[in-house]
Order: sequence, then structure tokens, then C-alpha cells
Amino acid sequence: MREELENIRTEAMTKIKKSINSDNLEEIRVKYLGKKGVLTGILRGMGSLSPEERPAAGKLANDVREEIENAIENAKKSIKEKEREQRLAFETIDVTMPGKANPIGGVHPLTKVLDEIQEIFLGMGFSVAEGPEVELDYYNFEALNIPKNHPARDEQDTFYIKDGVVLRTQTSPVQIREMEKSKPPIRIIAPGRVYRSDAVDATHSPMFTQIEGLVVDEGITMSDLKGTLDTFAKRFFGESTKTKFRPHHFPFTEPSAEVDVSCFACGGKGCRICKNSGWIEILGCGMVHPDVLRRGKIDPEKYSGFAFGMGLERLAMIKYGIDDIRLFYENDLRFLKQF
Amino acid sequence: MIVPYKWLLDYVNIDKSITEVGDELTLSGSKVEEIIENGKEISKVVTGKILSIEKHPNADRLTICKVDIKDEIIQIVTAATNIRVNDIVPVALHGSTLAGGVKIKKGKLRGVESNGMFCSEVELGIADEDSVHGIMILKEGTPIGEDIKEVLGLNGGVIDFEITSNRADCFSVYGIAREAAATFKTKLKPVNTAYSSNDEDINDYLKVEVKDDLCRRYAAKMVKNVVVKDSPEWMQQRLKEAGIRPINNIVDITNYVMVELGQPMHAYNYKFIEGSKIIVRKAEDNEKFKTLDGEERTLNSSMLVIADDKKPVAVAGVMGGENSEIKNDTNTIIFECANFDGTSIRLTSKKLGLRTDASSKFEKDIDPNLVEMAMNRACNLIEELGAGEIVGGTVDVYKNPLMPHKLTVSASWVNKFLGTDIKPEMMKEMLESLEIKTNLIGDELNLVVPTFRQDVKIKEDVAEEIARIYGYNNIPTRKIVGETVEGTVKKDQKLKKIVRETMVSSGFYECTTYSFVSPKVYDKICIPDSDAIRNAVKISNPLGEDFSIMRTTAIPSMMEVMATNYSRGINEVKLFEIAKVFIPRENDELPEETDKLVIGMYGGANFYNIKGVVENLMNALGIERCLFAKESENPIFHPGRTAKIIIRNKEAGVLGEVHPNVTDNYDIEERVYIAEIDLNSVFKASNLNKKYKSLPKYPSVSRDIAMLVKDEVTAAEIEDIIRANGKDILESIKLFDVYKGKQVPEGMKSIAYSITYRAEGRTLKDEEVNKVHERIVKALEEKLGAKLREC
Repeated sequence: MREELENIRTEAMTKIKKSINSDNLEEIRVKYLGKKGVLTGILRGMGSLSPEERPAAGKLANDVREEIENAIENAKKSIKEKEREQRLAFETIDVTMPGKANPIGGVHPLTKVLDEIQEIFLGMGFSVAEGPEVELDYYNFEALNIPKNHPARDEQDTFYIKDGVVLRTQTSPVQIREMEKSKPPIRIIAPGRVYRSDAVDATHSPMFTQIEGLVVDEGITMSDLKGTLDTFAKRFFGESTKTKFRPHHFPFTEPSAEVDVSCFACGGKGCRICKNSGWIEILGCGMVHPDVLRRGKIDPEKYSGFAFGMGLERLAMIKYGIDDIRLFYENDLRFLKQF
Repeated sequence: MIVPYKWLLDYVNIDKSITEVGDELTLSGSKVEEIIENGKEISKVVTGKILSIEKHPNADRLTICKVDIKDEIIQIVTAATNIRVNDIVPVALHGSTLAGGVKIKKGKLRGVESNGMFCSEVELGIADEDSVHGIMILKEGTPIGEDIKEVLGLNGGVIDFEITSNRADCFSVYGIAREAAATFKTKLKPVNTAYSSNDEDINDYLKVEVKDDLCRRYAAKMVKNVVVKDSPEWMQQRLKEAGIRPINNIVDITNYVMVELGQPMHAYNYKFIEGSKIIVRKAEDNEKFKTLDGEERTLNSSMLVIADDKKPVAVAGVMGGENSEIKNDTNTIIFECANFDGTSIRLTSKKLGLRTDASSKFEKDIDPNLVEMAMNRACNLIEELGAGEIVGGTVDVYKNPLMPHKLTVSASWVNKFLGTDIKPEMMKEMLESLEIKTNLIGDELNLVVPTFRQDVKIKEDVAEEIARIYGYNNIPTRKIVGETVEGTVKKDQKLKKIVRETMVSSGFYECTTYSFVSPKVYDKICIPDSDAIRNAVKISNPLGEDFSIMRTTAIPSMMEVMATNYSRGINEVKLFEIAKVFIPRENDELPEETDKLVIGMYGGANFYNIKGVVENLMNALGIERCLFAKESENPIFHPGRTAKIIIRNKEAGVLGEVHPNVTDNYDIEERVYIAEIDLNSVFKASNLNKKYKSLPKYPSVSRDIAMLVKDEVTAAEIEDIIRANGKDILESIKLFDVYKGKQVPEGMKSIAYSITYRAEGRTLKDEEVNKVHERIVKALEEKLGAKLREC
């Protein structure tokens, strides 16, 4: 019996060593250790041994069994490792091939710039207001000190709907509408479309977008106007941006100014973008004219305010280096995808 | 307003470069558009006298000239044909530079040495190519060996100012000089207006009658024994620099005064003033009149004319007539120096399509008190040029003389308004430098504002004057003080942002299109003639039919954008726009302006793609229930592939495949999908208040159900029945298979759902689920004739 066990051990160990996959090992396990396996058979035959022989033979049989079990276990482990390695090697892919995702779209560059501007002003305590695009002559002109036959009506060639109704030529009418319905302190920006009878070319569009700003409160000064717009310019164009305020004339502000910023592209040295001047004109502004305050039912003796207006397309063109305003309204996907 | 720099220096002493002057004037309120320095590049070009011209031995077209340039005599070979011996010409010497940076060097032409080149006006940058023929021949007696820049006055340059409409006083050299004097803190020099006249009286020769108040002032002077000839070189040069073509001494004087002082003038040939009478009146309707430019004009009764006893002799303030033009044989002239209502001049000039230097000045409403100075200056120039004999006396009809106005402003208010700390004495100085007489009493600035500053009327105007002379850039900057205000955006604005974000994350690009469209777009999208949507706000003066109505739907704009992209070979497009539409209202002058969301896509898309996008969006906006109902009547869309979007029992939009009739009209050979959603309705139903529901503690039970139904049966019908019979244990239903074909009879389809049941607070028992499930199956069988299939 001892001999038999020794033979089984040698045979099994040899087979285990030779096995190459987990199926082989399973076969070996069944053959030697299974219910009908060789070793089980021998153990069953133990009854025929004398009581003296039994303990030694039993021990040996258990040793052999344990040995085979361990060997199978170890072999299984190493085969699994090998198999995993093989699988990993087999699964190698070309990581330089393009990825797959649900492609996302994008907002229009004008929206993008507008969002950026709104963020800046929201941070300074401005709220966003809106007004109609088809507007009464009164709000667009009369209330803003531009009576009938005023030369400014020629300058901004107006689209008329009928007598007394126009397509607004500026977002400034929102100033009056906002003052009429709210009391100071007022701090708003009003983005929106405006219309002027300009033929379409690379720098003109009969429809474009303006952003109006209005602040009315007690004790508002020209210093506040300068501080607000200077902050805006620095946030929008970069902290090193300088601003230059030049006197100008608008019927609805007094004093009035135009604002230039130092060219963000060349830092003021002069380049193509700033036409070698080092400066780029970005907006018009001024202290709200007392007549305008009065029409907004606000007492100019008690309150003062400032207003400003800027062209969104112009700012976006400067920011992205776009040289033709028509691209915004043509919506070629290859253009839209760039922002 | 073009100001020749040297002319400006007649009236102010400034020791700065033209660029520095331009920069500082811009900052004090006279914006420089452009500085042109014609002679800037020119160097080493002198005047020379041609001593001899000989044929070139080796070239027929060339000649060899000896030229005296004072210090030496040089030899120049030229191809010029308009030169003669003794001509004085500009000579570019060896090493010289011409306009445009062209360098000239000595060399040999066909073997003969040439030490330079003769110049034309083009090479000196003072004339255009096509207006010049040959070498510039200078006036006889021009000194030789002189720098051509000195001789031609090319060392000055001109500054082009953008003058705003409120500053009529700045449309002149003298007006700018006044600004410069204030800016550079120097004195403005007086204009020379001295002259002597004979002892006759103009009133014996001329009567003036002003019949209309639109003429605020009419003054006239008479000059006898006029010698009409070219004006002197210096005057011609200055006029040319200012952009005005010299004509003859008389006309040139009127133009010179206009440029210098801003007062337009006119000269009439006295001989043709019938009845020795000038009448300022309105024109007759359809009155014909030939202006100086030779055009016959038809006038009407809104226009002011200058007439004699019989006929108009000028359109007031715009242009004189051929009938009284100054010619070489003119002997006696009448100088007119008048003032007209600006608006009237502007409208007349607009109606006639005739904008002149004079009208563009008058339309700004110039100061009527400028008349005297201008008239005297003209007479002074007549004398200086020896152009005639000035008749004594003046005709001056000036019914309501304009007086300087008074204004009191507190200095401390100015500082409070500007946020500055300027001393009242300094304010006084600044105002006086602008010729505003200022008397400072304590804190009060008592001003007498001259009549040429009609724009200074209220205290804010005074603050502006002080601010700009002080320098806007010297005003301190500060953050707004006062009550802290919180920046807010309205609900609509927030929701629009969500719409954009959702569309972008679904792979769509935002586009933006014009709000005005052509009325023909309705034909292109096959809208019947009677449809109310064609009722749009019309623009009465559009840029053309293509931009003539305010859109009532944004679908055509989206189709247009897709067509553009399609025609450019882009084969997959996903776009959206938040577009305003304008719906006319009966009880309001202004239309209703509402926002539509338009979604458009083609290329690898189908109906369910666009529907999925819309469903996603509704989800993101917190719309609890959004229904889709079959729509087969909308002419824009495919009758079998279109749905109405219904929110809160109201139609909120439409989506579907665009009808091939429409895509044909846009030349798109692809299936196109569009949705148009009324954002107003959607936003009203939007609820973004989220509330946490505890996660289910008990397991759910799923049952699948597959059935055969007739083709016409819709998923919505099936789902309604399932929901209605699901009791409170129905959690969700999910369509997972639709099949037609093998094993499914004609006209039928197989449709399969997975239904999930769950009860709150307990584990569902099989019997309970079976009961409900069977009820559902029974209802489907009874109501839709569904036949159950094995799953």
C-alpha cells in the first residue's frame, strides 16, 4: 500500500507539472482526489489493513492527498497568472486612435463674449435688464434729447415701422424704461439687438448688439464712471490694460466721453489690430443728462448717474481677431466650431 | 474738419510737433481723425532753373538739361517733354527722397551722367496720378536753390478733426485755434479785419429784404473795380491743403474766410442782380433753378432762396446760381455773409441731394454774430490781394440779435459732480481760456457765455468744459460708493442659460440670425397665403425686400443657415438659436416680442434624435409633463413625421422632419429636422425647485409585456392604458422593442414594454403584481385589440 501511495504521488506530481491549463488540472484533481478518484479508492481499502498498520498508512495517504492538493493549487495559481498575462497581451489596443464621445456643441461667439461681460458687471452689482427692439420714437429719441430733425437722427440711420415707431437704433431707450419703473439706486446693464440702416460690409451690419449700462444714485460722480469702466476694461482685456477717456458728445449725457483701451495685442506699442495707435476705442459713456433723468421721473437735483454703451460685435472682433462682421450672422459651422 | 497746421499757427503759438498737438487736442475734446504730413518724407528736393536743353546722343526720347540750383550747375537727363529753358522746376538731388519713400541717386542714362530728377506733383505727393501731366513748373520768379518744402508749404501738414454736432464753433481754423489756446494755455491771436473803403454807400446800390425768419441775419458788402484773377500762391496752397479747389481770387476769398472762421460766404455778380434788390424768401413749388454746378434743380416751398426782383440767385446757404456767377469780366460784386436756420439748410440740402461745404457748416447752426468778423476779414483780404475797391457802408438785416447768456454755477457742485478737487480760481482760468467771461464770487462762478457756444446752457455743460480742459484722465477713478447692490438675473435669463447649456451638451452649436427677413420666406416654407403667421411688422424704409419684415417665425432663418452650410459641403449640422419673433398686436403700437428656440439638424439624424433632444431639454428645464401629439396639418413638415409639443394642455411648439417641398426650396437634398419651441410657454411651466425623495428601501418587480397591435396604435395610447391601470404600484414603463416583419402579420406590429412595479413601505408579493399586470394586459386587449405574445 505504501508503495502504491508513493507511486500515486509520483505519477500525480509528474502530471501536475506537465499540465498546461486549468482544465488539465481539473482532470487531475478529479482523477486522484475526486469521489471516484484513485486516492479515495485507496483510502476506502484501508479497512483491510491491520490496526497497527492503519495509522501510518492513514497518515501517508493524507500526506499524499495534501501534497497533491497543494501542488494543484499552486499550479492553478501560476497557470492563472500566465493566462491573465496572455489575455492582457492579447488585449493590447492602439491608444493613438481617436477617442469616442458624444460630441458637445458650443455657444455663439457673441453669446460667449456677452456672458463674460455680464459676469463682470454682475460682480460689480449690476442687474440685467431688457427692453423692446421695436420701440417708440419717444424712448429711442425724444426722451434722450434727440428731437425731430436733430442731426443725430441722420447719423444713426433709422428704420421706421410707422410714425412714432422705430427699430431701436441703440439700447439707450432701456435707460428711460428702467428709470420709469424703478427707484434709485439703479445699476443695470441692458444687452440687446439694435438696428441701423447701414449697408452690409466687413465692418457694418444693419443689425448688431449693444450693451447699455446705467447707474443712478445719490452722489454718483464722473470718478465712479471712470472707476467702473476702468475695472471692466481690466477684467475683460487683462489686468495691465490702461484706459483713456476722451471728451465726446452724446445728446443724452453731459459730460460725455469715448473710452480707448491700450491695445491688448501689442500692449500699446502699435500693431495691426490698433492701427499703430496703441489704443482701441471700445465704448461711449457719460454722466446722464439731467433732462434724461427728469424724463425717467428722477430728480436731477437729488440724484446723478452715468451711462455707457458698447458694441458687442466690435468687442468680440477685437477679442478673437475676427476681421469680418458678416461671419457672425452667416453661421458657417466651421466658424462656430472655433469658439 | 481739415485744418492746415501752419494756418493754425497763425493764431496760436505752439512749440510742439504736429502729432503732439493732435494727441493733446484729442484729449481736450477735438478728436483727431488723421494727421497727414505730405512733405514728411521729402528731402533734398530744391528749386532749379533750366539753363539748357539738348538732345541725348543715344536716345530719341531723352534730353540732357543743365540746371542752376544756385550753388552749382548740375546735369540731369530727363524724358519730360513739357519743360522749356528758363523754367523753374523741383529738382530731386542725388540722395534725395520723394513721397512714398522713393530714393533718388545719380547714375548714367544711356551713357550720359544724370545727377538727379525733375519732379511732378505726384512725386511730391501733392496731387493724384490722373490730374497731372508732366513736370511741375513753378511760378516765374520763384527763388532757386530753395527747399521745395518751404516753397510749396509742404512742411506743415494737415490735421483732420472729427467735430461733434454740438460744436459748430470748431468747424474752422480759428475755432480749433481757440481750443488749442485753451489746451496749451496760450493766447489766441486776433484775426486781421482792418480795411479801408471808399466814401460811397452800398445802400445806394442795393436793397435787402428778408421775408422769412429762417434767415436770421443777412449782411452784404459791395466791391467795385474788381480784377478777377488767380489768387496768390500762398492762398491757393492753403485752400488746397484744406481740400478746396482754388477758382479765382474772389471765390477763393469767400472760401478762405469759410475755412478760417467757419462762416460761409457767397459772391454775386452785381450786374445780374435785377432790380438792385436782394430778397430772402421761400422758393415757389416747382420753381426751377440752375445751380453753379450746372444742374437744374426743382425747388419747393420748404426751401429758402436768395432772389432778386425777378429770379432766385442762390439756394440759401447751399449753392449759388449760374446766373450770377463770378467770371473774369466781372466788375462789381456783392459779398453775402448770412446766417440761416440749421435744420432748414440740412433738410433743403438733403432734399436736393446737394451737400456743399457751405451747407454742411450752416446745418450745424452757426453763430449769427460771426457775420461781422467774417465780412470784415473778407474785405481785409480784398485789400491785401488788391482785388478791388470796397464800397463804404454795410447792409445788415438782423432782426433779433443773439445775446450772450448768463449762467451761475457753484464750483463745489462741479467738484462734487466730477469727483474732483479743482480750485475755483483754476476753473475760472479754464473757462476764460475758452472765452467764457467768468466772475468768481466766493464759490460761485458767474458766467457770460459767448454766442458761439450755444452748447453751454446748463451747469452740467460747464462741468464738461472744466473737465475736458482739466483733462478727463486727471479725474480720479474710484469704485462706486453708496448702498451695496446685488447683481441679479431674471428667471428667464437663467432659464435661457440652461437651454444653451443643454443644447451645447447635446452637441448643438448656437447660431444667430437677422431679426428681419423677406416676406418671401413664407412662400419658401410653404405657408398658405391666408395664414395668420404672415401678418408681420413691416419696416417702412428697409434696406431691401430681403430685410423688410420682422420675423414671426425663426424657422426660415434656420433653414437658410442650414442651406448655407449644406451648399458649402458640410454634411452633418446640428444648430440652435434663441430667436426673438415679433407678433403684431391689435391694441398696442408695439408688437409682442417673444423668444423661440429653434433647433435644426441634418446628416445622420432622424425624428427620434430631435425628439430626444427636446425631451432632454424639457427635463433639464424641470417640465414635469410634456406631451407629443401627432401633427399632420403643418405645411412646413412631413405629414407623418411631425409632432406638436404640448405643455399644460397648450401647444408649446412643433418638431419633425421638414417637408420635402420645403427642403427643395432651400436646395437641401437631405432629410432635415427642425423644432420650434415657444420659450415663454416652456418657461412658465418650468419648475426647478428640486425636492429629495428618499431612495427606495424595498425591491422592485419587473414584468415584460410583448403584444401585437395594429400599425396605427401609438405608443402614447398604449402607455396611457398602462398608466391608467397600473394603480399606485406602477413605477415606470419602458418601451424596449418595436418589430415588424417575419412572424408579424401585415398591418400589425409587435411592441414590447418592460413595466416596473414597486410599493412604498413593503416588498411586493407576486400575487399583487400579477393582479395588476393582468389588469393591464386585459385593458390592452380590450381597448386596443392587442394580442399578447410570448416574451
